[in-house]
Amino acid sequence: MSIDREQVLHVARLARLRLSDEEVTTMVGELSSILGHIERISELDLEGVPPTTHVVEVGNALRPDEPKPSLSRETILEQAPATQDGGFLVPSPQAS
Amino acid sequence: MTSSIIDLTAAQAIEIVGADFSAEELFEAYRERAGADELNAFTWVADAAPAPSDGPLKGVPLGVKDLFCTEGVPSQAGSRILEGYRPPYTATVVEQLAAAGAPLLGKTNQDEFAMGSSNENSGYGPVLNPWDRSRVPGGSSGGSAAAVAAGLAPWALGTDTGGSIRQPAALCGIVGMKPTYGAVSRYGMIAFASSLDQAGPLTRDVTDCALLFRHMTGDDPRDSTSLAFPGEAAMPSAERLDGIRLGVPEELTGEGIEAGVLANFNETLKKAEELGAIIEPCRLPHAPHGLSAYYVIAPAEASANLARFDGVRYGMRREGAGDLVSMYTDTRHDGFGAEVKRRILIGTYALSSGYYDAYYGRAQQVRTKIADDFREAFAKFDFVVTPTSPGVAFELGAKTDDPLAMYLNDYCTVPMPLAGIPAISIPSGLSEGLPVGFQLAGPAFSEYRMMDAAYALEQAIGFDGSRARA
Repeated sequence: MSIDREQVLHVARLARLRLSDEEVTTMVGELSSILGHIERISELDLEGVPPTTHVVEVGNALRPDEPKPSLSRETILEQAPATQDGGFLVPSPQAS
Repeated sequence: MTSSIIDLTAAQAIEIVGADFSAEELFEAYRERAGADELNAFTWVADAAPAPSDGPLKGVPLGVKDLFCTEGVPSQAGSRILEGYRPPYTATVVEQLAAAGAPLLGKTNQDEFAMGSSNENSGYGPVLNPWDRSRVPGGSSGGSAAAVAAGLAPWALGTDTGGSIRQPAALCGIVGMKPTYGAVSRYGMIAFASSLDQAGPLTRDVTDCALLFRHMTGDDPRDSTSLAFPGEAAMPSAERLDGIRLGVPEELTGEGIEAGVLANFNETLKKAEELGAIIEPCRLPHAPHGLSAYYVIAPAEASANLARFDGVRYGMRREGAGDLVSMYTDTRHDGFGAEVKRRILIGTYALSSGYYDAYYGRAQQVRTKIADDFREAFAKFDFVVTPTSPGVAFELGAKTDDPLAMYLNDYCTVPMPLAGIPAISIPSGLSEGLPVGFQLAGPAFSEYRMMDAAYALEQAIGFDGSRARA
């Protein structure tokens, strides 16, 4: 399995990750070799095998739906790179 | 005085603290050593000893892998994207251990977001192996392993997703255990792959491992995958292994294992036999596909978990071209290292439209087959045993240009987390002057039985790790 520049750029766009030209070139080679290894699972006969959803037997974990205090707005905003009027400040989606 | 304190295991220190020295003196002895760390094992060290605790662990300080959130203390998960992040809350397991009397000594270096097998992927520089400073300590819990081996911390917390506790423990000549999935709360652990991640102890010996582990378990209302640990906690004490059946899977004990490691593994099997164990070959037919399944599932989960690092709520932000999307993409470009980017791309690819069934769906089926293989093996055997790592600690930089070669380090350790079962690595001797690890894996929640068997073996092996503390 090999992956080309177009595919790397497509996936990077989905992942909201900018890559430099040099990074794209490196990733094309590296991802192709990793995917080549991963593809060995296509040789297995897995007809009818259920996929794992959870590794230990647990039922639904439920708790009473009771309000409890949570961290304050101020505490949460303290770690943000930019805030305004008690909220997270982000650039406009439309700005250029 | 200091050197004699450092030579004590945690259990030995607990016995005599308050008589021969105070808890403050013990903390200070380690704080001084951690502060003078030349291995880059710590990313942060406490300023002063905390208020005395009357918990059963008597104030024996704890090294904590950077990715555990600790309130007011930098918790950066080895990533530049979280530089300076000081969480407003503390991980459940760190709280539990502090309450039990193991206060925070410092935060330990790690591969970025726990992705790596050499600690060379840390955004804060590589950790050096105390046995040979030109070599890696393993990863991703490399800082925790190096700190415990070098006597910079009496014991430490790590996390294991595909071998990240056991492999560095093996490469540094200490004990490391990955518990059953769900045994320890994941609340407050900065997530890598949520269906695989488990916190566990890195300690100087098996006794310390049991001592720390018994205070880590428990059902946490803040982690719905955590479970009440069934059965009693028992300190390991076995002297013999009479009647214990050890299965040796041919798939994980042949090709790809270094000759010196394999020779040591076979010597350890002989010692187990002398202790009364019954040793027979077993089969784990799907284990060789574990690595492939792992490198789909773990990156897929990581690509989702790491979507939260977008420059909005915490950590680094780059302004980009002034719009929202370029703020996201530039922040992530500058904040993440090469391995994290690689895994985000693999994961996103494997989950993308048209590829999901061929990659993620099949990988989860392989996972079922691997769990079935172990179930069959445990019908006949008490434990499955393998070398922990296919090789001893390698030179810094030796594998950084070949991600696939780096991934092969996890060959013997990935099948267990895929099946959710516990496994422990104990030091079993040296090859080329460097530590080798011996791994035991058991059924879910067999930790105390497994540590009991590991203890008997440990006594027979008589590994001396003092050279790494010199």
